[in-house]
Amino acid sequence: MLPEKITREMFDKLVSLAALELDEEESEYLRTELNHQLAAVKELSEIPIDEDIAPSLHGIDCQGNPPRPDEWQPFPDPDAILALAPETRGRYFVVPEIAQLSQEGK
Amino acid sequence: MNSTALSALEIARRVRAGELSASQVLEEHLAQITAVDGISGQLDPPALTPLEEQKVHAFIQVTADLARLQAEQVEAKLTHGEDPGPLAGVPVSIKDIFCVQGTTTTAGSRILYNFRPPYTATTVARLEQAGALILGKTNLDEFTYGSSSESSAFQPHPNNPWNTQHVTGGSSGGSAAAVAAHETPLSLGTDTGGSIRQPSAFCGVVGLKPTYGRTSRYGLIAFGSSLDCPGPLARTVSDAALMLQVLAGNDPKDSTSAIQPVPDYLAALAEGVRGLRIGISPDYDHIAYPDTKTGEMGIQAIQPEMNQAVREVAQVLASLGAEIVENVPMPNARHGIPTYFVISRVEAASNLHRFDGVKYGYRTQKPVQDLTELYRVTRAEGFGLQPKLRILMGMYVSAAAHSAHYYQKALRVRSLIRADFERAFDPSGPYRLDALLTPTTPTTAFRRKEVLGDSVLMQYSDQMTVGANHAGIPAISIPAGLDKQGLPIGVQFFGNDFREDLILRVAYAYEQATLQADWRQVIPQALRTAEVK
Repeated sequence: MLPEKITREMFDKLVSLAALELDEEESEYLRTELNHQLAAVKELSEIPIDEDIAPSLHGIDCQGNPPRPDEWQPFPDPDAILALAPETRGRYFVVPEIAQLSQEGK
Repeated sequence: MNSTALSALEIARRVRAGELSASQVLEEHLAQITAVDGISGQLDPPALTPLEEQKVHAFIQVTADLARLQAEQVEAKLTHGEDPGPLAGVPVSIKDIFCVQGTTTTAGSRILYNFRPPYTATTVARLEQAGALILGKTNLDEFTYGSSSESSAFQPHPNNPWNTQHVTGGSSGGSAAAVAAHETPLSLGTDTGGSIRQPSAFCGVVGLKPTYGRTSRYGLIAFGSSLDCPGPLARTVSDAALMLQVLAGNDPKDSTSAIQPVPDYLAALAEGVRGLRIGISPDYDHIAYPDTKTGEMGIQAIQPEMNQAVREVAQVLASLGAEIVENVPMPNARHGIPTYFVISRVEAASNLHRFDGVKYGYRTQKPVQDLTELYRVTRAEGFGLQPKLRILMGMYVSAAAHSAHYYQKALRVRSLIRADFERAFDPSGPYRLDALLTPTTPTTAFRRKEVLGDSVLMQYSDQMTVGANHAGIPAISIPAGLDKQGLPIGVQFFGNDFREDLILRVAYAYEQATLQADWRQVIPQALRTAEVK
């Protein structure tokens, strides 16, 4: 039996970093599946790999577009973008207050 | 004959020749949707009647008004003596992961339930410019995260037209089902680990994942940015070639879009396979599957009919003059899924950070104290289980403390997977393949709910397909028979970089040589039911 890689404590930290909130049932399911997935990727660490094998960020060498000139290309209809927002005021997106750190550094 | 039975090539030919009107084509396809599809996927669906349980449910949204407008434009062009394009009057459905102006684009997620993008994906714009009629948005696994299309927030999920008790595969399940059930001759899907090819195999249609960069990602809601590839689903190989012809090409709006010229895919189809070298690998006749309790990898047999189909396809190709190269080693194929579990999750987690309820999409209705709480509650309510799982996995394996162990290692194993293919296709190497022939999937379509929730088993449905995504190479899945249960079997051809022309040619040769095969005369259950009515 593989030791559980992700303990309850680590899991809760991850959830917080991921800007999520989970109920008890979701947490149990997701933590179990995470540990199963980590078991499935265990074999990666056992693959012998030569030092000269470089990492591949893409499968093929991307011979894509060269950098384009730094020219302003305005979106034709910015109002259509603003219209998608849950809340706007004037031409601003409205969000609740941004949390402030208190004097005590809380 | 009703136009729903015609190929896209034949529809376009007749529409351009004035033998068939785009409006008639459209109305006949809309009638087919009414006959077979049932209610569309929705956030709060009603309880399904037994009759609805038998329906295909490929669509989240049917865009009849948009398509009628496009049909009128095609007809107006013809009236003025202009050519409406190679897809004149051809109905196309779009996986609901592509932005299409004038439609809601949900990604199958509550967090985008109301997102109406103010722009259109390049691939979709190219279809529109070619005269296609955009018939609607097809259902998918939430954010494409799955291999059965059951995880959509929009229910009912699509059902397999061959047997509606079985899944369509995924994540382009609605697209594959819509094509199989003659609701559209073509659909636009995406393939990150097998999401075009696996559902194509399950639903008995043709699905092609192009070379990475061959088709533009602009306007595609991203999953794994180094792996995502838009591509066609069709009922015939020539229709897939026709659609790829329209989709392929450089796009200045996608920084990884390839600059290589696009060959004439249709012209190359009929050149045959004489002299081509088709490989078969012993590393693709089983899967390596982990025990999730111990992490030990074991070898598991795949459904024997899959290996039998590969041998039969090889025999047909050999009889047409191809050279079959046995025992091509692909020793790193077995690492495909573990590598994917790391790379795709890291990229997914990164891409999902943008959904926060501020600029578009769902925002919680609960009162919140501050911005951080707004993010948390919105994301908790807006994302389903699979996006949450992928965010958490991606963050864990890329965290500073674990990155060297997982993410950096996975990127280097990716190089090994790529090297297997390079050796197989190397023109001066020992194998010199033009294509590698494998099963597309370890099994035919599994039953609904059978795998849902088991994220490891679900992911292993992609073991045969995922290598093409890691390596960036093209691959096509085509129908190659039916199993004992009457469910479609798919086989796959991998090709070298930008050699879509070659794998299409091989697939076409097999298809044309087996047009009279008994199994090709069997029609899906959903179509038989529609005929009775």
